[in-house]
Amino acid sequence: MTHVSIKELTKVYPGATEPSLDRLSLEIPTGELTALLGPSGCGKTTTMKMIAGLLEPTSGDVTFDGRSVLRDKPEHRGVVMVFQNYLLFPYMSVADNVGFGLKMRKIDPAEIKRRVGEMLEMVKLPDLGDRKPSALSGGQQQRVALARALIVQPNVLLLDEPLSNLDAHLRFEMRDLIRSLQQDMGITTIFVTHDQEEAVVLADRVALILDGKMKQYDAPDAFYKRPVDEATARFFGGHNFIEGSATGTRYEGAIGTLQLPEGVPQGPGKLTFRPENLALGADPSTPNTLTATIKDKIYLGTQTRLKLSVGSQIIDIITNPNQVETATPGQTLTVTLPPEALWMLNS
Amino acid sequence: MHQEPVLTRSFRVLTGIVLITWLILPLIPLAIWSFAKGWFFPDILPKTWSLRAWEYAFSDTSGVIDSLWLTIGISLAATVLSILVGVPAGRALGMYKFRGKEAVELMILAPTIVPGIAVVLGIHSVFISMGLNNTVFGVILVHLIPTLPYMVLVMAGIFANYDPAFEAQARSLGASAFKTFWYVTLPAIMPGIIVGGLFAFLVSWSQYILTLLIGGGRVVTLPLLLFNFATSGRNDITGAIGMIYILPGIIILILTAKHLSGRSGAVGGFGQI
Repeated sequence: MTHVSIKELTKVYPGATEPSLDRLSLEIPTGELTALLGPSGCGKTTTMKMIAGLLEPTSGDVTFDGRSVLRDKPEHRGVVMVFQNYLLFPYMSVADNVGFGLKMRKIDPAEIKRRVGEMLEMVKLPDLGDRKPSALSGGQQQRVALARALIVQPNVLLLDEPLSNLDAHLRFEMRDLIRSLQQDMGITTIFVTHDQEEAVVLADRVALILDGKMKQYDAPDAFYKRPVDEATARFFGGHNFIEGSATGTRYEGAIGTLQLPEGVPQGPGKLTFRPENLALGADPSTPNTLTATIKDKIYLGTQTRLKLSVGSQIIDIITNPNQVETATPGQTLTVTLPPEALWMLNS
Repeated sequence: MHQEPVLTRSFRVLTGIVLITWLILPLIPLAIWSFAKGWFFPDILPKTWSLRAWEYAFSDTSGVIDSLWLTIGISLAATVLSILVGVPAGRALGMYKFRGKEAVELMILAPTIVPGIAVVLGIHSVFISMGLNNTVFGVILVHLIPTLPYMVLVMAGIFANYDPAFEAQARSLGASAFKTFWYVTLPAIMPGIIVGGLFAFLVSWSQYILTLLIGGGRVVTLPLLLFNFATSGRNDITGAIGMIYILPGIIILILTAKHLSGRSGAVGGFGQI
């Protein structure tokens, strides 16, 4: 229901020489779930606080549906932030916590009671209204925090590392819950995280911020298929960066000549590909085959990682363990690099 | 079953004995005196008993009741003012870093170190020029000197362990600045206000020198009245007033005992900043 735009948003903390956030611009369409991704200290929490009105930007603007909200007080912006440590008010019951926002809006107590009941139902905690937050598990506390935020039907929902405090088995449950509630209510949602997996599984679009600057704003799969530079690729676990240059769809460089997909950046740079997108053995449909020698083999349980040498270059590949059960270092094998798995990074 | 270590247990018994010896025993003769008609050496207990001292204490002529109300009023006012000053000051000291913070801490603690009589002589001359001498208001103001350090110290400890993100959360849920303070900050710092307020009340309650000099003998609080009777040799009336005088302390202590436990965090002081 609210289109959020961030224009050249900059924050320089008093006494700091470098900006914590440097001219960040983002368009977040109505109802979308967007991740601000970056290592800790990259400026993502600063951005959230400025959207929420808890921090004043040094320059730049934040608009909701085209109207600047910088002059609005935090309680009038219709932005609710859910903090990483949930911040449930400890001396209030779960129901009072969830109803807090409605109470502040002077809603009739009977109406608050009804909506709190509905909301606790939605986050699947219908019987815990009378408990104190300290009597709940971490996962339950987060659901209460989410209920407390959603009950006021905010224009914009901000989530701070929503999955990072949860156990592996709870993460997917919470991810599904957040996505389904967000989609049902159509709330424009922005969350920050340092965990690329969290960003990818939850978001419609991801904005990667490194050193206070936005690197790439794209659908999650684009960060794997078409990263903009080496730092971006590395942040998403990329390992293979090989010198060379692109002319049309032809790569020429340190590991020979290969065919590239349409639309790759042209000129000298680095060839990159995901270790999991290579195939063992030759594929007659593509000329992109290489002969390589196994340098090292690392068994990872569900996967096996091979370090291969191609001429003087080392490349990393990840395969199914069954395929390489008998392979030993020193052995030679053939690998296929499908053109669609390759990408060029301009240097 | 959990067995208490012998050392801990004997230490507890020892603490109990010391407390009784120093705090309770000295009060017993006072209590007995208040009911004695005469109590002379070498009698262990008075030969004849009487309610005369209590009757006198509660009569209009003694002025005890008027003085009791006056003392309660002054102590309450000093407590309220201490809270109003101590909460923001404690917040600043507990939550923020600023230049000269150590100096401010020292200044606030100074009245607990510097003898009151040294300070009050200076204040006396200042108060004369402001017309505050011999007034109840002047006495209340001067009581803030010894009460504030306790209040600020307790609140600084509370705020050092307080997460202001709760306030940001309340704001983002739609609470105004005032409602945020009322519904979020105040409940969180209440244990500190109770403990600090209790200290402030009792410190003000027991002021003698400051009241005497600034009140100029016209503001007669209970300790001043008590001192008058004590020096005039009326042990029975001194005993009765003494009993009345210690009563609020005991009542407050019982009411707030749970907040005084070390775990509540309200008794940490600057150590926790």
